[in-house]
Amino acid sequence: MPHDGHHHDHDHEEGSELSPIALRVKALESLLVEKGYVDPKALDVLIDTYETKIGPRNGARVVAKAWTDPDFADWLKRDATAAIASLGFTGRQGEHMVALFNTPETHNMVVCTLCSCYPWPVLGLPPVWYKSMPYRSRAVIEPREVLKEFGVEMAAEREVRVWDSTAEVRYLVIPERPAGTEGWSEDKLAGLVTRNAMIGTGVVTLPA
Amino acid sequence: MNGPHDMGGFTGFGPVLHEDDEPVWHDDWEPRAFALVLAMGMTGSWNIDEARHARERLPAMRYWHSSYYEMRHDALILQLIELGLVTAVEEKQGRMAAPPKPVERVAKAEMIPAILAAGSVYERPGNQPQGFAIGDKVRIRTINPQGHTRLPRYARGKTGEIVAVHGTHVFPDSSASGQGEDPHWLYTVRFTGAELWGKDTKDAVCIDLWEPYLEAQS
Repeated sequence: MPHDGHHHDHDHEEGSELSPIALRVKALESLLVEKGYVDPKALDVLIDTYETKIGPRNGARVVAKAWTDPDFADWLKRDATAAIASLGFTGRQGEHMVALFNTPETHNMVVCTLCSCYPWPVLGLPPVWYKSMPYRSRAVIEPREVLKEFGVEMAAEREVRVWDSTAEVRYLVIPERPAGTEGWSEDKLAGLVTRNAMIGTGVVTLPA
Repeated sequence: MNGPHDMGGFTGFGPVLHEDDEPVWHDDWEPRAFALVLAMGMTGSWNIDEARHARERLPAMRYWHSSYYEMRHDALILQLIELGLVTAVEEKQGRMAAPPKPVERVAKAEMIPAILAAGSVYERPGNQPQGFAIGDKVRIRTINPQGHTRLPRYARGKTGEIVAVHGTHVFPDSSASGQGEDPHWLYTVRFTGAELWGKDTKDAVCIDLWEPYLEAQS
């Protein structure tokens, strides 16, 4: 990158409107590009991928297929990594997948108390609350209170089973299919499945 | 290490604030910070355990005050400076003052889709016998290592039951400290809420734990 005065002054003027962290990130990007460690176009591809290509719609397709195809549901239980890969969702932060099926007896909920591990290929990047100190600290000790903050009141007789993702295994919750959706297509069902339901801080309901 | 990252069981951080229809980013610098962390990871200069350990080594008050992407950015700088890929002066000034060090790979734009789709598998062939089976009761060792570990404090000394066996995986405690991948058996252990928290509850917590963290419950 050229270092003529004009270019530098221009950067400075732009920078004066930026927050300290924005300035620091911008400075590090130009340094790492200048040193040849990163390709700026690769940064754009990475951002675009997680903005537009990989997100919770992927997971919703997995859930809808599990609801409509008993063989696929069985495959998910036995080898979730392979079953999910058959839909084209593979790779980074989803190398070792496990599907957790909610039942009338058990509600599953996923957290990473030690960092923010999350199944990227099926859910995209985690929401802020998933990475937040309140969720990371409280999900394991008072999951029912956390669920209430998401508007979910869990019946006393149902076990809330919290999965702390401490290794490279990544968990996808398969919520219960709501009553009244008999005969629905996979696409229509997928439209009901929310990100929170696949983390376990939500349940799938029919629109009122 | 008993660092600020080991959050399970803390109280005092308030309610879980969530927003409906949350956007992927909340500020323009966040995607750039995120992409820099990923792209530098692709140079092969560190593994995932070393990257996690860098975040855990940030000063505790800074860790708790930072947003997620600020924390990732700060940990990236810590690693870059420790490895000599960037000098402290360069980081401050945002321009090159020392020649670059060779890296294993520079990920070009056209390489990114294949790199992301491949990911990094962490299961390895192992030569250790499998010590536990589904249904076994295990006690979690009480350890307080100075270095990286994926054994959360809230599980130490507790008793649980093996509910899944995942094969032999890279052992983070070794991998984060330059001692190689050292694969060990990885299990999911189920703990009752009563065991972990002394509460009258039917709820449970499942944690993925490597064999060196476990001992047979006699």
